[in-house]
Amino acid sequence: MEEYKYVGKRLPRYDGMQHVLAKTRYINDIRLPGMLYVKAWRSPVPSARILKVDVSKAESLPGVVKVITWKDVPYNRYGFVADYPVLAEDEVRYIGQEVVAVAAEDLDTAMEAVSLIDVELEEREPLLDPLKGMEPDSIQVSPEGNFVYFGDKPVRQIRKGDTDAAFAQADYIIENYFRTAAQEHCPIETQCGIAQTDVMGRTHVYSMSQAIWFNKMWLAPILKKPQSMVHIMGGVVGGGFGSKNDPHTDLICSVLSLYTKNRPVKWLWTREEEFTSSTHRGCMHMFFKDGVMKDGRIIARQVRSIRDGGGYILTNDYVGAKHAYGVAGPYNIPNVKVDTYVILTNKRPVSSMRGFGLYQASFADEVQIEKIAKTIGMDSWKIRFINAVRDGDTSSTQAELHSCALIEVMQAAAQRAGIKLDDDLLTMSSKVRLEV
Amino acid sequence: MDKYTINFTLNGRPVSVEAPATVNLLTLLRDYLNVTSVKFGCEQGNCGACTIIIDGEAVNSCLVLAQTVQGREVVTVEGIGTQEEPHPLQTAFTEYYAAQCGFCTPGMLMASKSLLDHNPHPTREEVVDGIVGNVCRCTGYNKIIEAVQAAAEEMG
Repeated sequence: MEEYKYVGKRLPRYDGMQHVLAKTRYINDIRLPGMLYVKAWRSPVPSARILKVDVSKAESLPGVVKVITWKDVPYNRYGFVADYPVLAEDEVRYIGQEVVAVAAEDLDTAMEAVSLIDVELEEREPLLDPLKGMEPDSIQVSPEGNFVYFGDKPVRQIRKGDTDAAFAQADYIIENYFRTAAQEHCPIETQCGIAQTDVMGRTHVYSMSQAIWFNKMWLAPILKKPQSMVHIMGGVVGGGFGSKNDPHTDLICSVLSLYTKNRPVKWLWTREEEFTSSTHRGCMHMFFKDGVMKDGRIIARQVRSIRDGGGYILTNDYVGAKHAYGVAGPYNIPNVKVDTYVILTNKRPVSSMRGFGLYQASFADEVQIEKIAKTIGMDSWKIRFINAVRDGDTSSTQAELHSCALIEVMQAAAQRAGIKLDDDLLTMSSKVRLEV
Repeated sequence: MDKYTINFTLNGRPVSVEAPATVNLLTLLRDYLNVTSVKFGCEQGNCGACTIIIDGEAVNSCLVLAQTVQGREVVTVEGIGTQEEPHPLQTAFTEYYAAQCGFCTPGMLMASKSLLDHNPHPTREEVVDGIVGNVCRCTGYNKIIEAVQAAAEEMG
């Protein structure tokens, strides 16, 4: 057999020595000459109208270089449908939303300046439950309503076959409700960014972004500059898990840097800010209804899922759609009906976290398999094997599937877990569908 | 703000630095002495990213007021090994993939070093106990535990 240099070998991690000698340069390890420090005035309430913002005392504090409000942002919107303001205008929709940002000579001065900012709020009753947000007389988080649109519909629909006809034929109808909580990514490196705009008007950003090109796509219009005038440097991320797909510090730092006479500005979030004000994994409500035959086949699945979207759309439509595509599970179910809703609430906007809505789907989907097993009195491994996708099957979105390996993966997993599977399961293959 | 002089030993060398009484050791090391291995993770003593060794004991530098290290001995990652002569823990962390994003790694190394200094042959449970104050969000800890045990074996 041919001897490989790398395949099958244990190789030291390529950047391991850099890490263990602590030579890896994270954004907070960078200090530039003349650097200023940023702090933001954040909303203390989940929902309010902003009646007045007075920054005069903060501006006159010695050491304060620039105080910005939304009026200083060239174009104050971003997100996939450009609904999210960089700095709040006439309302705040969640606790921690940034209203004013300060750049000062040092951190203590920036913090003191923030304490001198006077914002008058008229509190409103917040909407905190997405299920209530679907009701017609609900509090409206956005003037456009609480429902996030997918194309021309306030719902992402998946349709395959005829679920109602299949339910009529099924031996069992099995219904369950699943709910997953919101989750913070909690990277050990909190959000941090440095921005500097040079004399030629080019903005340079030292970013811990996981998504530099996304950031660039969002940042250039905010600064009203072509992308060639936005230079983002990054690549070193102290843990992201999806939280650093969103440009938490980069936008406000970049806007501030337009006003600091070419001096760089740095913003490091505290752990508290990370928890209250960074994006997180959205809470999901999932209502399952399955039609199952005595032999273990799932012949119909109907899912109605509702995602708690937080205050703005941001990336919610993308994550909601991905959840809808995956929620019927890796099973060959001939009749599928999925309705996924994303509802705005007065919470921190949710975004990507490891799997974009699919983990919540997998949790519900696999617990549902266990519930089916209990109801019909069959081993849950067997139900998974019988229904597993095979080459040539179609997904719930009716894409033909190839290179399926779920059966082989389950066989290997059972072996490693020391679980003895029945012989009929061990002879199954993803390449062919054998009658049970 | 009034400043006070602090004299202590940092990685085997005497240092003298002036800082206000309100400054913690994390800030003193990072902002006054440019020791960037000591990471800001929470500044609440929860995450362990700023772990250093003072007089042989692993501590969260964010919970130590800088003035209190007067006359004491402080060791950070910069003081335990070099590229040419890495500490066995540093080699093991690289070989066993115990460092992923690398951000918790300096603190994890100092907690592990303190453990091995006190207990050269820890059981798996003792390793877990030794790094219990250090949060890692990437590895799931198994690789770190393996690396610490491998280093212990290497050190004999």
